Amino acid sequence: MKLVFEQSVQGRMAITLPASNVPSYTLQCATRKTQADLSEISEIDLVRHYTRLGKQVYGVDNGFYPLGSCTMKYNPRLNEQVVELEGFNNVHPTQCPCETKGTIEVMTNMQQDLCAITGMDYVTLQPAAGAHGEFCGMLLIKKYHQSRGDTLRKKIIVPDSAHGTNPASANMCGFEIVTVSSNKEGGVDIDNLKQIVGPDTAGLMLTNPNTLGLFDKNILSITRIIHDAGGLCYYDGANLNAIMGMCRPGDMGFDCVHLNIHKTFSAPHGGGGPGSGPVGCKQMLAKFLPTPIIGKQPTVEYSLGKVKSYCGNFPVILRGYTYIKTLGSSGLKQASQLAVLNANYLRILLQQDYTTAIDRICMHEFVLDVKDYHDNYSTSALDISKTMIDYGMHPPTMYFPLIVHEALMFEPTETESKQTLEEVAEIMHKISIRAKDSQDDLHASPVTTPIGRVDEVKAARQPILKYQPQ
Amino acid sequence: MSIRFLKTHEWLNGNKVGISNYAQDQLGDIVYVSLPQVGDKVYAGKSFCEVESVKAVSEVNSPVTGTVVAVNEALNDKPEFINSNPYDAWIIEVEIESEGELLSQADYDKLIA
Repeated sequence: MKLVFEQSVQGRMAITLPASNVPSYTLQCATRKTQADLSEISEIDLVRHYTRLGKQVYGVDNGFYPLGSCTMKYNPRLNEQVVELEGFNNVHPTQCPCETKGTIEVMTNMQQDLCAITGMDYVTLQPAAGAHGEFCGMLLIKKYHQSRGDTLRKKIIVPDSAHGTNPASANMCGFEIVTVSSNKEGGVDIDNLKQIVGPDTAGLMLTNPNTLGLFDKNILSITRIIHDAGGLCYYDGANLNAIMGMCRPGDMGFDCVHLNIHKTFSAPHGGGGPGSGPVGCKQMLAKFLPTPIIGKQPTVEYSLGKVKSYCGNFPVILRGYTYIKTLGSSGLKQASQLAVLNANYLRILLQQDYTTAIDRICMHEFVLDVKDYHDNYSTSALDISKTMIDYGMHPPTMYFPLIVHEALMFEPTETESKQTLEEVAEIMHKISIRAKDSQDDLHASPVTTPIGRVDEVKAARQPILKYQPQ
Repeated sequence: MSIRFLKTHEWLNGNKVGISNYAQDQLGDIVYVSLPQVGDKVYAGKSFCEVESVKAVSEVNSPVTGTVVAVNEALNDKPEFINSNPYDAWIIEVEIESEGELLSQADYDKLIA
């Protein structure tokens, strides 16, 4: 398929501009020496180009999308209708607050709701996405220790099953990372944790349920060990989808959390943004929060400053708020219960052909370890994933968490029906039979897509990152 | 002194450091190695560089404490050399001050068996 640049013919344009009725003027400071190399294309060719691209896209509106840990939730259409309301759509953050009372009320209520869901005292809606929220939360923890003159606390403890963003965010804040290993049940190894903690521990970053989709039953002991050592506990909200309305990070002993509105509260994931990653904290961290804070005001005399312009990505926050208000507290709880039920139903169905990394009742997601397929039938997690595409579904997360070598991480989310899950299991059964059949070769999959098996190695070693005119 | 290993799958042979065959096999196709600089200090059991494969980015720990005296610049252009010849594809050469907890070939083979 041709790029939009390759379809360019000099003189064509997709829009007719009215004749200019102002004198022309050349900016003295303009530094561009040559014309921008933009595509010149007619309206119909432009429309066809993007329609063709649109047909090749796969999203949650097209079919099953079990990308574990990412929570590819269905985006309710009501969210979009609310965002398009004129009063929300046509406002500007520098407008007089007297004219934007509605948006302020939404943000105030959203903060309160998120406090109630997480068990925190305050929430800032500023961070632009999950990892940005982690960074903001780590800064709060750093500020807390600094303000107490406790300057030797330089280490953040992170489990070996953690999201890669955890050590990255802590490192960005200048912390050193210490890894705590997992026990046989997939949770934090308590003995190892006790060995690691000490007077240099600034805190712990933890996802619960963790990236294996397992709830850590020792969570109260874990947070107590950290607190007894003088550290603080940070909750990565990536998997909050599994526990809404049933238990709260604040009650587990966490001091600070971030949430992903695009995961837990049904805003679209988009093409890398915009996102929203609100951060909640307990009272003792409130005075370090970024400003401005809307609604209930803590004293922020030691604010870490702004982490995002204005109050965050409002339209994303509004989508999450619509979701929360549509479901209500009982609905949110039911969403989590159904997410867990769906994951367990699919897990049991798939266990007829595949092995789970850890054989336990899971929460909202589970991890298969297809090492036996890799070793016995030379079919890797990658081959199985690519073959799933041929059956019209998106593959699960592969090769994560890192502690499972041939990992396939399924998260069906709460909106999938029993029929869909059974169809998925049937397809996975067919793939299993094909993998075990030496006559059948899955290494070439996918074969039904416009582009077949991508050469990932070449793409990583010799990336072409921008249009190169021939 | 023959080749010895860290539990985390790095090898030490003479003054040279690399990653084991098991490590490269688990990582899959390696696409990038972030080399340290000559003169950098490395510490036994601590990370001194990262290798990136199509699956993941992994830290490489140093089997020894000391100072980097040479880095294998050839890996910039051909990181896949680690996949094809893991025991020739050294990453750094170190002036060794002290060694970490190292395993013999036999003990390391038992670990990964």
